[in-house]
Amino acid sequence: MSSHNEHKTMTLTLIVWRQKNATAQGKFDTYTAKGITEHHSFLEMLDVVNEDLIKGGKEPIMFDHDCREGICGMCSQVVNGVPHGGQERTTVCQLHMRKFKDGDTIYIEPWRARAFPIVRDLIVDRSALDTIIQAGGYTSCHTGGVPDGNAILVSKPDADYAMDAAECIGCGACAAACPNSAAMLFTSAKVAQLAALPQGKPEAAVRVKKMLDAHKECGFGNCSNHYECQAACPKGINVKFIAKLNREYLKAHLG
Amino acid sequence: MNFLQSSVGRKVLMAITGQLMVLFVVVHLLGNSTIFIGLINSYAEHLHSLGPFVWVFRLALLAMVLIHAYYGIQVTLENRAATPQKYAVNRQLKVSLAGSSMIWTGLTLACFIVYHLCHFTARLTSDVAGFAGQVPGDVYRMLVTSFSHGLTVFVYVAAMVALCFHLFHGIQSFFQTMGWNSECSLPLFSKLGKVVAVIVLIGYGSIPVAILAGILS
Repeated sequence: MSSHNEHKTMTLTLIVWRQKNATAQGKFDTYTAKGITEHHSFLEMLDVVNEDLIKGGKEPIMFDHDCREGICGMCSQVVNGVPHGGQERTTVCQLHMRKFKDGDTIYIEPWRARAFPIVRDLIVDRSALDTIIQAGGYTSCHTGGVPDGNAILVSKPDADYAMDAAECIGCGACAAACPNSAAMLFTSAKVAQLAALPQGKPEAAVRVKKMLDAHKECGFGNCSNHYECQAACPKGINVKFIAKLNREYLKAHLG
Repeated sequence: MNFLQSSVGRKVLMAITGQLMVLFVVVHLLGNSTIFIGLINSYAEHLHSLGPFVWVFRLALLAMVLIHAYYGIQVTLENRAATPQKYAVNRQLKVSLAGSSMIWTGLTLACFIVYHLCHFTARLTSDVAGFAGQVPGDVYRMLVTSFSHGLTVFVYVAAMVALCFHLFHGIQSFFQTMGWNSECSLPLFSKLGKVVAVIVLIGYGSIPVAILAGILS
């Protein structure tokens, strides 16, 4: 049985950032999204618009996506001024059109930060986050025989704490939301996750310094404790991890 | 990268200098409040009797102001450079007016400190010219003379509003920067910071307002 609502469709006005490449001058273009149901996800809504554009011989709107399940961290769109659209703990691929009303105007912009150059339209280059990880987001392990499963004990609170930090999917919304374009929530989640576990302890001091250096060299700004990152994070990563990062940094210098 | 170049290192320096200045602001407020019990002149004399310690204290405070302002301006310029293009639509979920106006309230306070020192410490302005050269002299009379002008009262109250805003964000920020925060403590420190900020505003603001209103004369 289909309900009455399933047949109801919406017509929306999209104001979308279009930019040919990293160096080209970008601009906003206006599109009409027709035949959108409340069951469409935000990205499916863009698929519908793009089909029409392709049929009309026009360039489709380019955007990043992969899993469309909210776990890969690829989708990166600022919807009406909030990264991922502002629904709590939701990536833009998991945002559904039932959150919008018929006749709404929606602004869609790419992540804007010096460290995230625009590749095309809504696609940005987020490899700066990989650079931060490469700088120190690893642990050293001995090769050889399989270690005994219970040789390294991890307490439940530590495991939970590390898992909470490990929820970060590296989408970059923290930097996109931050008024200073700092990716400190991302960096802190990685630092805190590894520092909380015994396997990560040997490199803890070197790691926090190297990752912070890489953060700065990539062109991100400085954290000034606004906590906008936590509000925008689709995984709800807590700013307590930034406090942990600060603690780890002080320990590395003074301890 | 050394401590003074790193993002967190500079933030820690700003937090510590900022918090020491908050302590000074609180002690200064306690001292000033002696005006309500008629003891401000003896308080001022007692302070000046400390001799060289006054200058050690003043130089330490000057160093804190300079360090805090230097890194504050440097970090703000870096942050602006990190965000070359603004969003056409920017709906902020958490950023407060106090937080985003730190540089402006900070610069306002820097100007106010210069004025305040020229006013009541060096006594260079015309309203207190009669008290110049007296150390410390009749501080009570000097305050009453000065704060009988509405414009002076306005400048002082406006500066304290800027300070209140600055501390609204600044005090809680100190605890986060030092890494002393957890999920539970963050809202508590945030409230504590706001309470202290409002006490500072009311405490300092009440003196010029009380004089202008004729409660102290």
